[in-house]
Amino acid sequence: MTQTFLLDGREVPFRDGQTIMEAAAAAGVYIPHLCHHPEFKPHGSCKLCTVDIDGRRGAACTNRAVAGVRVQSETAELNADRLTLVQMLFVEGNHICPSCEKSGNCQLQAVAYRLGMTTPHFSHFYPLRDVDASHPDVLLERNRCILCELCVRASRDADGKNVFAVGGRGIRARLIVNAASGRLADTDLAADDRAVQVCPTGALLRKRQGFAVPIGRRLFDLQPIDAVGPGQESGGEG
Amino acid sequence: MAPPKLRLATCSLAGCFGCHMSFLDMDEKLFELVERVEFDRSPFTDIKHCGPCDVGLVEGGVCNAENVHVLQEFRRNCRVLVAVGACAITGGIPALRNNVDLWDCFQEVYHYGVGVERGQIPNDPELPLPFDKVHPIYEVVRIDYFLPGCPPPAEAFFRLLSDLAAGRRPELPAGAIRYD
Amino acid sequence: MAQQDNSPPDCDLAAIVARHGGDSHNLVQILRCVQERCGTLPARAIDELARRLGLPRVRVEAAASFYHFFHAESHGAYEVLFCDNIIDEFHGRAELMQYFCERLWLEVGKVSEDGLVYVNTTSDIGLADQAPAALINGYLVPSLDKARIDLIAEMVRQRRPLAQWPSLLFDVADNVRQPGPLLADGYTPGEALHAALALGPEGVLEELARADLRGRGGAGFRTALKWSSCRRAPGGAHYVVCNADEGEPGTFKDRVLLQRHADLVFDGMTLCAHVIGARQGFLYLRGEYRHLLEHLEAVLARRRAQGLLGRGIMGRAGFDFDIAIHLGAGAYICGEESALIESLEGKPGKPRNRPPYPNTEGYRGQPTVVNNVETFACAARIALLGGEWFVGLGTGQSTGTKLLSVSGDCKRPGIYEYPFGVPVRQVLHDCGAADAQAVQVGGPSGTLVSWREFDRRIAFEDVPGAGAFMVFSRERDMFEVARNFSHFFARESCGFCTPCRVGTSLLRQTMDKLAAGKGSAYDMDIMKQLMHILKTMSHCGLGHTAANPIVEAMADFPEAFERRLKALDFEPAFDLDGALQTARLITGRDDAWAHIVAAAECDDRGACALPPSSDSP
Repeated sequence: MTQTFLLDGREVPFRDGQTIMEAAAAAGVYIPHLCHHPEFKPHGSCKLCTVDIDGRRGAACTNRAVAGVRVQSETAELNADRLTLVQMLFVEGNHICPSCEKSGNCQLQAVAYRLGMTTPHFSHFYPLRDVDASHPDVLLERNRCILCELCVRASRDADGKNVFAVGGRGIRARLIVNAASGRLADTDLAADDRAVQVCPTGALLRKRQGFAVPIGRRLFDLQPIDAVGPGQESGGEG
Repeated sequence: MAPPKLRLATCSLAGCFGCHMSFLDMDEKLFELVERVEFDRSPFTDIKHCGPCDVGLVEGGVCNAENVHVLQEFRRNCRVLVAVGACAITGGIPALRNNVDLWDCFQEVYHYGVGVERGQIPNDPELPLPFDKVHPIYEVVRIDYFLPGCPPPAEAFFRLLSDLAAGRRPELPAGAIRYD
Repeated sequence: MAQQDNSPPDCDLAAIVARHGGDSHNLVQILRCVQERCGTLPARAIDELARRLGLPRVRVEAAASFYHFFHAESHGAYEVLFCDNIIDEFHGRAELMQYFCERLWLEVGKVSEDGLVYVNTTSDIGLADQAPAALINGYLVPSLDKARIDLIAEMVRQRRPLAQWPSLLFDVADNVRQPGPLLADGYTPGEALHAALALGPEGVLEELARADLRGRGGAGFRTALKWSSCRRAPGGAHYVVCNADEGEPGTFKDRVLLQRHADLVFDGMTLCAHVIGARQGFLYLRGEYRHLLEHLEAVLARRRAQGLLGRGIMGRAGFDFDIAIHLGAGAYICGEESALIESLEGKPGKPRNRPPYPNTEGYRGQPTVVNNVETFACAARIALLGGEWFVGLGTGQSTGTKLLSVSGDCKRPGIYEYPFGVPVRQVLHDCGAADAQAVQVGGPSGTLVSWREFDRRIAFEDVPGAGAFMVFSRERDMFEVARNFSHFFARESCGFCTPCRVGTSLLRQTMDKLAAGKGSAYDMDIMKQLMHILKTMSHCGLGHTAANPIVEAMADFPEAFERRLKALDFEPAFDLDGALQTARLITGRDDAWAHIVAAAECDDRGACALPPSSDSP
């Protein structure tokens, strides 16, 4: 007998151990997210996928589906709160879309489009963050890092390398790399590592590939993020 | 009798006038627009100071003292103030200087820049004094609406002004939000 | 090693790693040890530790950069950290710190020119009853005044090693003002354990259930339930963890319990081990209580000699259990049980996704009981005196007694033990607080009780919490209390989740804006929005409660906020004129156009010294 739960009033089947996010994705239902990727261990840090589970809020990516529960996701209130989270991410870093190679293929931007963000709303932090261009093939642009730890997980679990971690704490948390020099060039990162491909923003970029696709033909110019499909949001190179 | 025209002011602060150019890109719709809108202070009119207006469109962020004075003049005079374009909304390209120390900026521009010889930092009161950092305009005055884009497309300007002229709350159509 | 020529003699990384079994799970302990012995955690130490422990370097660096008390740069021979909890602030912390800096020509946050001293602030250090206080090279220095600062400055100037400083500087008083059954003297080590062995595991659980003991850390989870589910949970090993990471500002009862009643606590842990079948226990002692380490190690050693720890405890074949002390390194978040376990495992203290809960998947993924110090002490008393006795104290839903850590504006700050249900008013009377306008119960994450509600009772069903009781008299500014707490949460957020990482910083920023007299109704709306997000979207309790002090202060003392609102409508996010200062210095200008007059000083038509715009004729 298939187990189901209710997602926005619709019956969604799930297997034992599946999270709400996984079951929703399998059923073709999009729940906004940034730190989630179906290939990697759920993390639950961006909190964008927060849903209402029988009247209690929780992250869809880390909460297991339970038979019979009523989950609300596409509500005006949840989307308003998700919008606030995205606005927080925008003011926390230095996200200047017109100058970013990732623009049009960026999940932070695409989620913000979907949630209707017209302004970052809060006061900008304008933090001073290091750009690491030392690596021959990969740029690490910390100004655009949202600390989703997808590269941390991908490097550890898919590439078997442990190139990345989050160092520091609180608002000073930052992406650090596995080298005494602190330079990406001194790690064993390779251009075709999954860690580089899964970055949802322009924090990790392959060099010499920027602006290759003209405006109007980029991933999220063609379709909104909820139509792209799970795991495909990081674009063609993924 | 035709409804009174919407009185409109526009300006560009720390911006590139690209939003204004995009505004003009509405081409023949400009004829339709001038039926409903008249201009106060704007690069299109060359009026220097803003009088009481219905709508102010502000392009560009705030990078110096003069920007603040202009912005405050707009806020005082415009019933509805709209932040137009990426720079007004996030600081945009000019905000790329925010991770450069202001002293280094001055050094580069007036002392060590290519082609600068025996340069000196000017102290003329006519020159607007720069802020430590470039800010979006909503961090300086209250903003009523935001029109994102770099630049916002001409249709977005047309739609915004049509909505305001008709007394509607402006809404960007789904899929129309872009930051570049 | 040639590189380490300048290091202190006992700064031997290989030996430190070996002493910790070469086990990467002990990374935080190893880092602490290196920091204490070598003075810093430089990049080459991180390299070597990674190599010796077989860890990716980046993981060692992540842990080393997470904790407040670790640093890569030298803090000199003397690291002086002034506690900046609100109680210390109200007792003149800023003035004393400035005085100290002036005496020794110091700048806050920087090592002195001669590389001798480093001065900064730190979050609450568990001495609110003896404020203002400081942490010097990791040791508590209570009751600061100018005379003591003079003495400290003199010791520093003479470059005397800490061991040669007058010991009175480090005398931490217990200040037990009102003992009850929990704090009663005359306890014989092993007494409760003996009783527990007689009862057997099921018998102990029955007594705990009869006693209806609830966790004393604040959350109030039922101890019998926690222990029995852990007992049932399958696993290769079970663990007992005592949470002595008493970081909630205003709380210090665990310090006193461990100082005076360590055997009671260790008996509680050992009988828990008996119940759940654990062979290993940990006392997670907050770094700020470093001074207790030798005392506690001595108690543990004595207990081993007495047969109360080790193999065959009390002659029972197969009852093997020992306790190791894990010293924290400055992180309030490690009081959250899953963050504490991460820290025990040598990682940054970031709360885990839950479920699973520690009682099924805790330390090293095994079933683990994590309880507060006071809870273990209660469990020991219950094993000895029975659940019936315990139920006779307190209220219907809150049985037994509660230790309150009383501080602030009262004549007799210290530890008070009351049966649950005691009205706030009575505590105020007993501690000599005649002029209170409010009490923060349970610390910043707890409840603000205003003078209108002094008949409320300390109990899970009314005002819960771990027992901090900070008293504020009528002369205190309740806005400043809330602002202090907003700084605390922003500093202590672990940074894992978006709402807390960014939200706590935005709240702090907005409170500072209000404090500077530049707030508006717009800012109040921003704060309300942030509070909602923190409460409903955060990953753990820190974020959920981070806005509480502001929410409650706004509700109870609205005038303290309104007084600070400059404009009703809107004020700029930053100081416009101040943001021109750098450019003024660079250009040497100070003319009218080099300043921005506040908009409020302009008239309606903008006649406020508007400078010529550049496109003017």
